This record gives sequence, C-alpha cells and structure tokens, in this order.
Amino acid sequence: MIEFQNVTKIYESGDKKVTAVNNINFHVEPGEICVFLGPSGCGKTTLLRMVNRLIPITSGSIEVEGKNINSMDIIKLRRSIGYVIQHNGLFPNMTIEDNINVVPKMLGWDQNRMKNRYSELMEMMGLDPGQFQKRYPYELSGGQQQRIGIARALAADPPVMLMDEPFGALDPVIRDRLQNEFLRIQKEMKKTILFVSHDIDEAIKLGDKVAIFDTGKLMQIGTPDEILSNPKNDFVRDFVGDDRALKRLTLLKVRDLMVLSDRFRKSRLNSEWHGQVISVNENLKTALSQLLSAPNGEICVVDDHNKKLGVLCVSDFNLFTEVHPKDISIVR
Amino acid sequence: MSGKKTEKIVKAGLYVVVISILGWAYFSGAFQFIIDNPKDLLYLTGQHLKLVGISAALAIATAIPLGILITRPKFKKLDWIVLNFANIGQTVPSLAILALVMSYFGLGWQTAIFALWFNSLLPILRNTVAGIENVNPQIIDAGKGMGMTSKQIFFKLELPNALYAIMAGIRTSVVINVGTGALAFLIGGGGLGDLIFTGISLYDTGIMLSGAVPVILLAVLLDVLLGKLEKIIVPRGLQRTLEAA
Amino acid sequence: MEILEFVQANWPEILEMTLEHIELVGLAVGIAIITGVPFGIYISQKESLASLVLAVAGIIMTIPSIALFGIMIPIFSLINQGIGFLPAIVALILYSQLPIIRNTYIAIKNVDPNVRDAAIGMGMTTFQRLLKVELPLAFPVIMAGVRTAIVLTIGIGAIAAYIGAGGLGGYIARGISTSYAVMIQVGAISVSILAISIDVLLGKLQKRFSSV
Repeated sequence: MIEFQNVTKIYESGDKKVTAVNNINFHVEPGEICVFLGPSGCGKTTLLRMVNRLIPITSGSIEVEGKNINSMDIIKLRRSIGYVIQHNGLFPNMTIEDNINVVPKMLGWDQNRMKNRYSELMEMMGLDPGQFQKRYPYELSGGQQQRIGIARALAADPPVMLMDEPFGALDPVIRDRLQNEFLRIQKEMKKTILFVSHDIDEAIKLGDKVAIFDTGKLMQIGTPDEILSNPKNDFVRDFVGDDRALKRLTLLKVRDLMVLSDRFRKSRLNSEWHGQVISVNENLKTALSQLLSAPNGEICVVDDHNKKLGVLCVSDFNLFTEVHPKDISIVR
Repeated sequence: MSGKKTEKIVKAGLYVVVISILGWAYFSGAFQFIIDNPKDLLYLTGQHLKLVGISAALAIATAIPLGILITRPKFKKLDWIVLNFANIGQTVPSLAILALVMSYFGLGWQTAIFALWFNSLLPILRNTVAGIENVNPQIIDAGKGMGMTSKQIFFKLELPNALYAIMAGIRTSVVINVGTGALAFLIGGGGLGDLIFTGISLYDTGIMLSGAVPVILLAVLLDVLLGKLEKIIVPRGLQRTLEAA
Repeated sequence: MEILEFVQANWPEILEMTLEHIELVGLAVGIAIITGVPFGIYISQKESLASLVLAVAGIIMTIPSIALFGIMIPIFSLINQGIGFLPAIVALILYSQLPIIRNTYIAIKNVDPNVRDAAIGMGMTTFQRLLKVELPLAFPVIMAGVRTAIVLTIGIGAIAAYIGAGGLGGYIARGISTSYAVMIQVGAISVSILAISIDVLLGKLQKRFSSV
C-alpha cells in the first residue's frame, strides 16, 4: 500500500548538510495504522510530510497504492490523501460544514452529495450535524475541533490518511476518549494510516505497527508487542522505558492469560466469591493492578454475562513472561 | 454585565459632548454662518469628501495589490525594503508630506489628492502585509496538505483571514485622511479646512467652528460606518477571536 | 543646492525652531506620561472604567488635529491665551494620552497571570506588586506607547504653528503663505528628520530595555 524505498531527506544551508531522514525502507499494509514514534527532531514528521509532498524527497522513492508519488500530479495526490495536523488547522473563516466540505468541493461533488457526506461524518464523530452546521471553529471545544479535523480529512473518503500528532494538544481525558473513538471508526473504515506520535502509550494503543526513529534513522519497526518484548537496541529500550513489561500487559487481555494457563484455578470456584471480580476482556495491566490491591491476592474472572470463569493470582503472570508474543497471537 | 453598563455610560457621555459642542457652536455663531451660507458649507463638504474619497480609493487600489504582491514567495525577499520604507514614511508628519509635494507640484487639487494618496497608502500597505503574513501557518499547511492550489490558498485562506487587518488599515487611513484633508486647503485642495483656517486667521470662532465641527463629525461618522462595513465584510468566524485578542 | 544655501544662511534660526519644537513635544509628552501612566495603571485595576476611558481617548484621536486646535482657541480665549503655546500644548497632551494610557493598560493587563499569582502568593501588597513585578515587566510596552506618542506629537506639533505655537511648522506655514518653496522644503525636511531620528533612537532604546 505504502512503500518507502531508500527515502532520504537532506537539508542544505550554506555548506552545512543536515540529514533529516536517512535511507528509510519499510512498507505499510492496507488498512494498517503505522505509528511513527520518536523524540522531536527524529525525522518522523519530515517523513510523514514527504508522503503528500509537502516536503520534497532528496533521494529514494515513496509509492502509494503502487504508484510513485513523484510521478503523480501534486494537487491530485494531496486531494487523495487525508491530512490531519496537531492544532487541527481548521479554517477560522469557514463554518464547520464548509470546513468539512473543502476537499469534496474541490473535487466537484454536487450539493446533495456534500450535504449527505457532512451529516454522515458528523454522526460518525458523535456530533449533531444540525447543531454545528453554521457554527465557526472558535465556538467549539478543543476536542470537538479535533473531531472536525479528522472528519474533514475523511470527507472525500481517501484510502490513505496522514495524521501528525492529531491528539497532541488535548488534555489526557479527552485524548483517551478521542483515541477510543478513532479506533472504533478505523474498525469500520479500514484506512491505511500513517500516524506521528511522540507518546509511546499512544503508539502502543493505536498502532498495528510502530516505527521508531532517531536522528533520521529507522531504529525498529514491528507490532507494539514485538517492540516492547524485543527492543532491538539501546535506543529503543530507553525510549519504550524500563516499565516496558508493564506496558506490554496493556496489549493483552485476561482472556490471553486464561488460554495459556492450564492450571487455571477452576477448583477454587466451588463456593460463593466475595472478593473482587474482573472481566475477561479487561487488559492485564488493570488485572495486575487489581490483584495488587486485592486483600487475599486473588480476583475472580467473569465473562460478559457475569459468569464466573476462574480465579487469578499474581503468580499466573509468570507464565506469560516466558512466552514470546508470537506464540500468544497463535494461541489467540 | 458591567460591559453593557459602561457602554451605555460611554454612549451617554458622547451624546453630551456632541450636544455641548453643537450648543457651543450655536452660541458662537457657527450655525449663523451655516444658515447664512448653506451652499458654501455644502460645497466645501462635497469638496472635502471628494478629496478623501478619491485619495482613499486610489490608496486602496494601489496598497492592497502591492501588499499582496510583496507577500508572494517570488517577491518575499523585497518585503523588508517596502516595510522599512512604509515605517519611515509613516513617521514623516502629514503636513511635511503635503508641503513637500506642494513645493514641487505647485498648488492645486491634484497636488492635494497626490499628497493625501501618499499619506493614506502606508497604513493600508502595512496592514495588508501584516495581515497576510500573520495568517496562522498551520492553516496554510493544512490547506496545502489537502491539495489546494496556490490560487485557492490565496483566495480561500490568506485573503479572508487577512481581511480584518486590511479593513482596520483602511479605516485608520480614511479617518486620518479626513483630518489631513483639512490641511489640503493650504496647498490649494479646498475642503472644509478653508473655513477652519479662515476662522483662525480672522479670529472668528463661528467660521472656524463651522469648519471644525463638520470635519469632526465626518471623521467620527466615517469611523463608525467603516466599522459597520468591517462587520459585514470580515468573515464571522474571525470576529470573535479578534475581539478577544 | 538652494536648500543647502538656505540652511547655511539660516542655521541659527533652524536650530532655534528645532529646539522650540522639541520643547513643545517634550513638555506635552512629559506631562502626558506623568498623567497617562498612572491613569493607565489605575484603569488596569478598575476594569469598569477601562473601556470608558479608552473609548473616549479613541474618539479624541479621531478628531482631526487642526479641528482640535481650532476648538482650543476660543476656549483659551476665555483666559486671554487664545493663540500661542498654551492651546497647542493642551491639544498635544490630549493627543499623546491615548497611546500612553492604552499601552500602559495593555502592558499591565498582559503581565503573565502566573507571575502575578506568584507575587500575590508571596504576600506582596497590591502596591508592591505593581512596583516590583508588573511595572518592570510592562515597561517595554509602555515605552512603545511613549514612542508612538512622541512621533505623533512631532507631526501634529508642526501643524500647531498655525495657531502660533512656534516650532519647525513655522517654516512650512510661512513658506506656503509666501510661496517660498525652499523654505517649505527646509521646514518639511527638518521636521521629518526630527521625527525619523527620534523614532529610530527610541526604537534602539526600546530594544535595549526589552531585552533585559
């Protein structure tokens, strides 16, 4: 879907040459979210902006849907790629409806089609189409503005989206909510998304793949679990943090542990349970946290219908640390 | 809450000031002059408006395109020259500009128009450039990334978002121009300055006020009118953010 | 060349007129600073007054200068000072108020609320806070207002020659009435040079202070 081949960007100022992006090679599958992760100045934003040619490539090539972007008409290319930036970049002189219809209008859609698309997108974003139609960006909260920013990028239904820290300027609660909504929408839309972030937690949560960059070089690319369980070098290890084992737990469900554990304590479930309970769909980090605060060191696992499935204790986590992520996904 | 109250007090205060000036003008014989010479006043007011109107129109027609031109990437390197020139030009007193232009071109209303044009050019030029350059670069980036052509970026993003500053420049420039227009009499441009300067040199408060009061009213009136026009022209989405700023 | 000859022949007079001009402007702006800065500080603490004062000052600014001079004459005639220095000074003080009051007000309002909070939290009184925190931080912006006021007053001061206030406007007025082009040019150029050089000078000063 998106193919980076020997992509390099060199900035020249006077005699100085700065390599912002250094010989990058990887590809992103259709329907995948690939998060570009790294500290500021690592080249992640530069690489993203090269995809819709806001920044020209010095050498190498980028292919989108099998076509070299440099061989395409620059305006057509950009109109076929959704683009979301950190401070939403909504146009203050236009109403919400006009903002969302910018690209469809340029593509020459008729009025009816634009109107329908507007309503459809607003509903998808959980906003009332009628209420916001004639409003201006300044009248909206930060979270609402960012939703409109995403809706605007989706307007012409582009197969590819570029997102440059779209949730970076929001407070943690709103950010979390928008991330969840974003994942829900992506489940239906199946866009191919390149997503820049500097936040490891966001990358783990959203990414199908995470690409970690430093000083213009690709340090490692892989699933979040691969990166957390198997950091390739010291930089990645430092960047993901010493608590990477804990972070990894957020990727796994109680269910995964149950599958692994033969000696799951069904036996202990004979009588009534008075302690804490946890859903089988909860992630393991939450489960561990609950276990640590449980008075007797055990919690009861229940399914969606509140049926008791078994009992979990801290020692069960030993099982999981010895298992390679690939095995878990096979079991799953 | 108190904002509304203050606004009322301001308005009431203004009416008091205006009424007292008018009353004073009446008692010092200004209205007598106007009643005796209504045609003179009408003629001079017309002349004044013509001076201000023509010079402002010319200034708008030159300053905005010039401002747009020097913010285009091709000419970006030249903009500091133009801006420095505009800054220095604005420091030069308007009487000095009028006098200098007159000393080379002689008396006459063309001279006056030229001087007033030059005088009102700079605020508009400066605001046009500042308005366009201050458009949030992220908006431009978003527009580019969404596939707008440079023409679309200019007409849909840069120009509408710079309109507030451009309109403010026009407003300032026109209001100043009304005042400077009163000096145009000195260089043969006619206008209401005729009555003011004649009144001063004759020690006749009545004549002087029959020129000064209309000039003041004209300035305030144009300021209000252009303020209203601004509300119509400037995109609504920008108006509140700018009030807050 | 005629201009140079004129300057050579009349330089003592030009110097005298320049000094007169500076005196006029200096006195007017000086008084405007003494009155305007405290006033700006006062209204920054009394929000309800602020919009009123700023609106009135704004309207004074729209009054054309020659009209304001004209109005001053009959008022000051009441105390037999109708023409000359006094009405000119008063008009100039009025004009220089707005930039000074407005900038003082804005500058104090714009002091980082965190800094103000910290000062309050450390137990400073309102007066201490103003003197030690807000005024020093607001200084560059107030300076900018003073600069605007001075440049404005130099220009309007030239017009004051028509009501007998003296200064470099005198050459322009006399030159125009006698159609003496060189005299006009000398007057116009010297008042322009005065305005530009003082503007540049104050700009340099401002830069030095704001970088501290």
